[in-house]
Amino acid sequence: MNGRTSLIWAALALAVGVPIAFAAASEQLAWRGPIYILAGFAGIIALALVLVQPLLIGGYLPGLSTYRARRAHHWIGGALALAVVIHVAGLWFTSPPDMIDALTFSSPTPFSPFGVVAMWAIFAVALLAALRRRLGLRLRSWRIIHIPLAIAIVIAGVVHCLLIEGTMETISKAVLCALVLAATIKVLADLWRKRMVRSESIARQ
Amino acid sequence: MTLVVLSRRNLLVAGSSVLASGVLAAGASGLLLPARADGLAPTESMTGGANNYRKGAPIVDRIGKGGFWMSGTVRRAGDGAPLAGQRIQIWAHTVEGQEHEPQSHGATLTDKDGVFRLEMPQIIPIFGQPHGHLAYDSGEFKTVFLRPIMRSPKETSLEAHFVLQPA
Repeated sequence: MNGRTSLIWAALALAVGVPIAFAAASEQLAWRGPIYILAGFAGIIALALVLVQPLLIGGYLPGLSTYRARRAHHWIGGALALAVVIHVAGLWFTSPPDMIDALTFSSPTPFSPFGVVAMWAIFAVALLAALRRRLGLRLRSWRIIHIPLAIAIVIAGVVHCLLIEGTMETISKAVLCALVLAATIKVLADLWRKRMVRSESIARQ
Repeated sequence: MTLVVLSRRNLLVAGSSVLASGVLAAGASGLLLPARADGLAPTESMTGGANNYRKGAPIVDRIGKGGFWMSGTVRRAGDGAPLAGQRIQIWAHTVEGQEHEPQSHGATLTDKDGVFRLEMPQIIPIFGQPHGHLAYDSGEFKTVFLRPIMRSPKETSLEAHFVLQPA
């Protein structure tokens, strides 16, 4: 590993590890049962995975071939859906009426509808990705479906997370959310630039 | 250059001031209607207010070991007269138990000025917001469920006010 490679991986480990460490040290944990704690951390891990996804697919993580990064993106997408299932199931177990309010968009908490929108977008992408070959979706049509859903996941997920008063420490949470947004904007910008270059070269021919 | 600090609190304050101006505007237009000009409007139940409600919580001097104060007033819709001897039920997720657990629930009565005050354990954030639950459910007036939110989880008191209308 050269300097730049280890620096990028260390930065990623810090961006994910610091907020998890702060949450693990939160005094709120003393008043929570094990299932509520598990549900909370599943949510934090889901946010961390949402940071990893654009980094993988954009090829920004050094030392991974395009093929391996793409495979990892698929598996982490599945892990993200699983983390959301654990998050929702654990919260349902902790307080069924509050979870039902959230899922039916009738919750008093302003962050709940954002979480539910992100959840459905994650499930939709996971399902479509699993069926992609069977549906015969080519890269172009896949992107038309996946990109808007990915944007919805990132924006709704970040707003959901920022509005919650829970175990996460405010600054490390805000930094993680900012990185999620930055990574998403970067991957979209690169995609756009590639498309412009391609259409220019086609125009020149 | 003006530095705009975008924090969660500022956003909430901005959001609620927009809401407040809307409410004020609605209130001002309400004053123009003669039918509503004389009345104190009844309190509506809040969304999620009845979550983890348990019927018939006992009247207690204090919930658990205390350390946190829940207080408020109970008045009659229309003339705003204080209502004495009204039973108010209170519950929350506290340092001594979760919302649904029996030891987290208790009730108290209003005094002659329609004021109630009950000591309970410190409320802590649950489901992303530090909040309490209160219910008027004695039947003489229409049932009301409230779910007030603390501005910070560090606060050691919370208020909620009821304006009741005949059932």
